[in-house]
Amino acid sequence: MRNPQLNGDGSLQHLLTIEGLPREVLLHVLETAASFMGVTEREVKKVPLLRGKSVFNLFFEPSTRTRTTFEIAAKRLSADVINLNIAASSSTKGETLLDTVDNLSAMHADMFVVRHSSSGAAHLIASHVAPHVHVINAGDGRHAHPTQGLLDVYTIRHYKKDFAGLSVAIVGDVLHSRVARSLIHALTTLGTPDVRVIGPRTLLPSGVEQLGVSVHHDMREGLAGCDVVVTLRLQNERMKGPLLPSAQEFFKSYGLTPAKLALAKPDAIVMHPGPMNRGIEIDSSVADGPRSVILPQVTFGIAVRMAVMSILAGN
Amino acid sequence: MKLPDAEALCRELAGKLRAGVTDSTGLVGIRTGGAWLAERLHRELGLATPLGTLDISFYRDDFASVGLHRQVKPSQVPFDVNDRHIVVVDDVLYTGRTVRAAMNELFDYGRPGKIELAALVDRGERQLPIAAQYVGAALSVPAGKLLRLERDERGHFTLRLSDAKSAA
Repeated sequence: MRNPQLNGDGSLQHLLTIEGLPREVLLHVLETAASFMGVTEREVKKVPLLRGKSVFNLFFEPSTRTRTTFEIAAKRLSADVINLNIAASSSTKGETLLDTVDNLSAMHADMFVVRHSSSGAAHLIASHVAPHVHVINAGDGRHAHPTQGLLDVYTIRHYKKDFAGLSVAIVGDVLHSRVARSLIHALTTLGTPDVRVIGPRTLLPSGVEQLGVSVHHDMREGLAGCDVVVTLRLQNERMKGPLLPSAQEFFKSYGLTPAKLALAKPDAIVMHPGPMNRGIEIDSSVADGPRSVILPQVTFGIAVRMAVMSILAGN
Repeated sequence: MKLPDAEALCRELAGKLRAGVTDSTGLVGIRTGGAWLAERLHRELGLATPLGTLDISFYRDDFASVGLHRQVKPSQVPFDVNDRHIVVVDDVLYTGRTVRAAMNELFDYGRPGKIELAALVDRGERQLPIAAQYVGAALSVPAGKLLRLERDERGHFTLRLSDAKSAA
């Protein structure tokens, strides 16, 4: 089956999910992002690639970091950026998703950045828009958050250079996490030999092994000797019914403390997609400690989003 | 057609450039051929200011039709460009569009005092009002052909002519 994200010539038309994307496409994004890192250190932090283009940030779900970094990325590419907080707009008046998109397309949108609580929302928009319009999924339900997955592998590559020989542990609420899914696909596509997920049975999706990861319920076993620890946010707002005894109970077993981090390699890095629940999935002394690369992740995220937008706009 | 010896042209260009540069001159090569050439000139002239390299992919005027280059590398300008004498170096000067893109990029680092241009070969056919102050040789090349510098593993330069379609 044809990948709906790719053009006839195999180049990226939309970025909807990392699943099924060729390794070369991921590497092209990472290499391009590295060049944009240099741009952000100059006196003028802008390049003219998207001059005259309009990027619509379509957020049906609240977000600060992702929306802001997409906005900065688009502005550094010289695009005009329009932010729509739909949660507080037309959809509450009954307009359908595709009617909203049609109206914005009539305002000459060139690119949509979409965040939605329903899995598949960005796919739906991508299959609906005109051929010259590009769609980036900025998080759809539990499904995918591809630019987060890309910035995570960018971060890992920055600190660890190569994916061959790496052990990466993803800890916590994998069940509700689109970040975890996108990261797992990115890591396996880039040839990471050892990807582990660690969490209680109730917060790991059934069949997660089929993604090419090993499953652990014990932190001591899961963290042993790993190079990268990715802690996930406990997504209370997505939980229906009791999946956990309590947040305190979760922290005791799965919260990343200095003692648990000591099980990983001495030079292991700690990542978190944000926003953090301090004292639930991660201890403050780890989040603010010397092994934490949580804030560099945010900075890298701008360059990665610039890379994705400029690659899409040029295809 | 017979192409001139790139090594001889490089010596010629270095000789001409020697009279125009000082220790504070910033040499900036345009990736890929111009960067190799600038590296060589920088070493032969013994310039004190560190060498700069530009990848003009983010400034190309044909982005809308050809998209982003497959292999973008970071630009590096390891000196303050403000008020500085800068010599932009490229292997082949042709339409002038690459040089325009390079100048636009340089201005995003600051306001240079003076920009000059050095090219190994000037093949004419300019589409913009741009001229080189230092040229190895002028050469007439049929339209539709791509002329570029190549460097082998020993660092030896040769000029190569190919059909534009097969080039990157």
